[in-house]
Amino acid sequence: MSARAESRLWLAQRASAAVLALCVAMHLATMIIAVRGGLTAAAILGRTRGSALWAAFYALFVLAVATHASIGLRTIAAEWLGWRGRAADGAFAGIGLALAALGAYAIVAVIR
Amino acid sequence: MSSWRNRGHAGYWAFLVHRLSGLALVVFLPAHFLALSQAIRGAGELDAFLAWTRAPAVVASEIAIVFALAVHLTGGLRLLFIEFVGWKSEAQKALIAVAGGVAAFCAIAFALNVV
Repeated sequence: MSARAESRLWLAQRASAAVLALCVAMHLATMIIAVRGGLTAAAILGRTRGSALWAAFYALFVLAVATHASIGLRTIAAEWLGWRGRAADGAFAGIGLALAALGAYAIVAVIR
Repeated sequence: MSSWRNRGHAGYWAFLVHRLSGLALVVFLPAHFLALSQAIRGAGELDAFLAWTRAPAVVASEIAIVFALAVHLTGGLRLLFIEFVGWKSEAQKALIAVAGGVAAFCAIAFALNVV
């Protein structure tokens, strides 16, 4: 991969980290409050169903996490396993897309 | 960073915790998405799954993953500050301790509410 492409990935990793910092803080707070008295489907879906705000929040969250996780895994594979190159890049791009697709499916499930 | 010489450093342990917590979260994430996707077949399916999550071993795993999420957040914030604000003070050891402490607080707060 070219140095320019590497620096773009580095920037995408940090930009997604900054977005995730806000999303994860919100997610942690929601979780800690939501589990009080037991978690039920009615409570979860009552909060999310038909909510454009939660849909937008989770869409941003999933996009950021798919970006961040795939680039992070690529770095770990290169540093700890010595696996780099075109095949590795393709595999981690695939992992990113798969995470985004699974996340999108989960959003549809809790919002629609 | 990974040479034996650095392994007594708080910074090395912070790096290792950040990396291992990230790996744990990536392994957990597809399962989390698939669990939430149960709702596509209705609230009953999601409730059946949520009943399974009340098993003690699952609750313990949830608390561990909340800690992993919180420690990845606080450790990541420390790294962002170092890289973008140039925050390389002598207080790094204390900041690492604060990052761990805040993460432990989140996990304990979650544990007290979930148990």
